[in-house]
Amino acid sequence: MKFRAKLVDAACLNNFTRVSNMIAKLAKTCTLRISPDKLNFILSDKVANGGENFFSEFQMEGVSAENNAIYLELTSENLSRALKTAQNARVLKIKLTNKHFPCLTVSIELLSVSSSSRVVTHDIPVKVIPRKLWKDLQEPTVPDADVSIYLPVLKTMKSIVEKMKNISNHLIIEANLNGELNLKIETELVCVTTHFKDLGNPPLASENASQDRSSEQMAEVHIDIRKLLQFLAGQQVNPTKATCNIVKNKIVHFDLLHEDVSLQYFIPALS
Amino acid sequence: MEKIPADWKEREGFSRRWWKWRTLGQVCEQKPARGLGLTLQVTASLSLLFLAQLSLRTVNSSRSAYACFLFAPLFFQQYQAATPGQDPLRCKILMKSFLSVFRSLAILEKTVEKCCISLNVRSSRLVVQLYCKYGVRKTHNLSFQDCESLQAVFDPAVCPHVLCAPARVLGEAVLPFPPALAEVTLGIGRGHRIILRSYQEEADSTIKAMVTEMSIGGEDFQQLQAQEGVAITFCLKEFRGLLSFAESANLSLSIYFDGPGRPAIFAIKDSLLDGHFVLATLSEPDPHPQDLRAPELQQPAPQLQAHSTPHLDDFALDDIDSYMIAMETTVGSEGSRTLPSTSLSPGFQPHCSPGSHSEEEDDTEPSTVPGTPPPKKFRSLFFGSILAPAHSPQGPSPVLAEDSEGEG
Repeated sequence: MKFRAKLVDAACLNNFTRVSNMIAKLAKTCTLRISPDKLNFILSDKVANGGENFFSEFQMEGVSAENNAIYLELTSENLSRALKTAQNARVLKIKLTNKHFPCLTVSIELLSVSSSSRVVTHDIPVKVIPRKLWKDLQEPTVPDADVSIYLPVLKTMKSIVEKMKNISNHLIIEANLNGELNLKIETELVCVTTHFKDLGNPPLASENASQDRSSEQMAEVHIDIRKLLQFLAGQQVNPTKATCNIVKNKIVHFDLLHEDVSLQYFIPALS
Repeated sequence: MEKIPADWKEREGFSRRWWKWRTLGQVCEQKPARGLGLTLQVTASLSLLFLAQLSLRTVNSSRSAYACFLFAPLFFQQYQAATPGQDPLRCKILMKSFLSVFRSLAILEKTVEKCCISLNVRSSRLVVQLYCKYGVRKTHNLSFQDCESLQAVFDPAVCPHVLCAPARVLGEAVLPFPPALAEVTLGIGRGHRIILRSYQEEADSTIKAMVTEMSIGGEDFQQLQAQEGVAITFCLKEFRGLLSFAESANLSLSIYFDGPGRPAIFAIKDSLLDGHFVLATLSEPDPHPQDLRAPELQQPAPQLQAHSTPHLDDFALDDIDSYMIAMETTVGSEGSRTLPSTSLSPGFQPHCSPGSHSEEEDDTEPSTVPGTPPPKKFRSLFFGSILAPAHSPQGPSPVLAEDSEGEG
């Protein structure tokens, strides 16, 4: 099993660092899936991806020819901490090593004023996940959404959700095919609804489902507000594209695209 | 020679404390007219100070770290020293009390115009008066106790290895390390590179922590007199205290060290003050049969060397470090390499030695069964209590001879 990758582009480095910070905010432990053409960060219930475009060099050799992938478990904070020192990096290299125990070694060569180079090396301990557990870590199948809608500016959404959290933990998200999205909190004493209009809807995958539904009809799902907040808190930069897919009373699926990185976030409905 | 050595109890106060003194001094330098200075006054009935120098010293409870700052009279706007022939005055004050006087640096800078420190022996009080704006005067009476001289016996000149760099370089060097990290190993790697590496106790092998290593070229150092392969491990937190002070004052920091187990001396110096931190370093365990493996895994130095050459361009040549990882069915291949006990003593458990009152620093090591790893211990330092005060020897005193490593 082998893995090594190299990053030299400052912009890619920034993106990678940003993804890592986002992961660190979302979950304490994350799983890294290394495939021949991409790098996935997997958190339970959520999946984030990174592409090969980040890396100027990317070589990997999986467990075996049929199972050409590597699954590693690591503490997400370690990776984001390691990448923090990469802000002024000339080159960043990542590889799988074995130093008393399996590690992901991140080696950063810093830009230095003086003639001599400075190298920082971080050995992040990882746990190699055995093949029999891989099935638990596959990308979830996305059920056909009842409504698919573009999200408003995430920062706005976050500040609203933050305030709503003070009232109740039970949030209702509903949206329709007319570009309207509502966030609702209902308690005995008070009912708060925030309406977002003119958001726009992406073309739905399955046109059949949408036939039955008038564009005004709302599809709603009840979720735990803290999960939504956790997701929003990790977003520091506005994504290129952000879509929300609602499966009525089942699940809400957020699909974000930041340049090369796609993030899928699933929040199940409250039972 | 002793001024007012104080047996400060808290080591966390270090950096805050010295920073404040320095800032006060700086303002004194820059704007003498504004006159934020320190006046040391001694009332007539006191025994006066021997030398015209104020020294502040402290040691931590486990005696593994010691700090001493000497202030030249010029640091102060006015300094009234003792008349020669009298016994030097020593007192000790609780660090907490003293720090509480200088609690907020920002407020101090804004409101305090003058600070006067005087010793009232009759009532056993150290009086600190802060003359603030708008006619406000704050007087703090801190009780002190007489104490014996707190004198660490150390001599930088005896240390074979010296490193000297601007504090900024060292500050950048410790930046990648997590703030909570307790110990760090400093050593010289191949190609005269200075290596800093996080040190982990091997106590709990189930909790695997991230290891960070920083490698800096020798060219960044003003002085580098050390052989390749030499390394010491010391408390990073203590070091950070002095480092932040040195960075704020834009000074160079010199590190004098010997081998593992011998104290390491960190020194800063400028025209007005002289600071020394002496820190204990981890000592080496006795060699064990299982330690005699492939050298690159045993000593810290070769470990450092493995990383010392930066893999600059040819990515493909990195093969050296990567191993096939045995998975799932971990049959005894490289994956199950025995966890080497680090070649440094496994841990930083200060061995509280009562030796501070004896000349021989008797590090009585508990006897162990040969072949077992040595108990966690630190070489406790260097303290002689020089009971006969008046004319303590000036100049270099021999480093206290410690018992050598053998434990039977």
